[in-house]
Amino acid sequence: MHEMSLCESILQVLEQQAEAQQYRKVKTVWLEIGALASIETEALRFSFDIVMQGSLADHAQLEIIEVPGQAWCMPCSRNVVVQQLYDLCPHCGSHQLQVNSGDQMRIKELEVE
Amino acid sequence: MCGVCGCGEGHSHSHDHDHEHPHDHEHHEHEHDAMHSHAPGLSPKRMVQIEQDILAKNNRYAAENRRYFGERGMLALNLVSSPGSGKTTLLTETIARLKDDFDITVIEGDQQTARDAERIRATGVPALQINTGKGCHLDAHRVGHALETLQPKNHSLLFIENVGNLVCPSAFDLGEAHKVVILSVTEGEDKPIKYPDMFHAADLMILNKTDLLPYLDFDSEQCIQYAKQVNPRIKILSLSAKTGEGMDSWLRWLKAELELQRIDYA
Repeated sequence: MHEMSLCESILQVLEQQAEAQQYRKVKTVWLEIGALASIETEALRFSFDIVMQGSLADHAQLEIIEVPGQAWCMPCSRNVVVQQLYDLCPHCGSHQLQVNSGDQMRIKELEVE
Repeated sequence: MCGVCGCGEGHSHSHDHDHEHPHDHEHHEHEHDAMHSHAPGLSPKRMVQIEQDILAKNNRYAAENRRYFGERGMLALNLVSSPGSGKTTLLTETIARLKDDFDITVIEGDQQTARDAERIRATGVPALQINTGKGCHLDAHRVGHALETLQPKNHSLLFIENVGNLVCPSAFDLGEAHKVVILSVTEGEDKPIKYPDMFHAADLMILNKTDLLPYLDFDSEQCIQYAKQVNPRIKILSLSAKTGEGMDSWLRWLKAELELQRIDYA
């Protein structure tokens, strides 16, 4: 969802960090995207190239580190792997699941010059 | 350009652009020249750790808005739905019933036009229209600026009518006390499982246009079950803003929530 505006947020971070971290160009961006973050990575790549055009990250490479979804199942009292938000527990079928990993969307690191 | 937060819509750091554009297609060469002359010996490539949430900036502005509402004992609600669910009619009908007893202000988000803000102002309360242009949602930063313009009163009720969109606004916290999702019975009972993020993010769901139920195949019970499946905590009210049926419960909910904001916590 809203991959275009997320890319605009990413560009803002890159521009802010350019001053603090003393770089002029961004060559590669590593993003950590959880499987449950509702981000379509293909749409993100498409938007990324468009939004970065003419910026300090023009033609930058986008590397996406996918993090699997994990939730705590209350009836099972254990962590289970979930493919999408609001899935049922794969073991007991309950929807009393508390997501505890895989909903992040973070800029992890950059290759700059 | 924004004087308070120095935002300039994110262009404050765009010095590179300013230099590049006049040079047209030759800017690559100029950049290299500039780099060699200004920073000789700078290692060309290196890694920078960032570890920053992509939505961190929005979340900071949202926290600031939340503090603003808290200090003033205000109730701020973020109204979300698909286009055409009847948000603006629900608002005008709600305002007509509450405006004599409460101070109310409205922030209207739409991609274009000021039509909704005009409809709200016709009820006699202040409203500010934010046109998101190419954006698909309101963000906390723009809401913060709207507050500067509107100057809502202490203990007042603020409705933020988000852009009609069941996807993007779910991820952007505006600093509101609650997201209220409005679903009209003309839309299909499976909306909550088709757009689970929004129904998961909302605390209250309003099933609107119930006066049309006799003419539709809409299964209210199934819809409520779907909503509770994606969000076991969600509370649901059925009403028709047009006929007024069910409006009482909504007004009682609003008054109770407003009362909660007025408590002076230590």
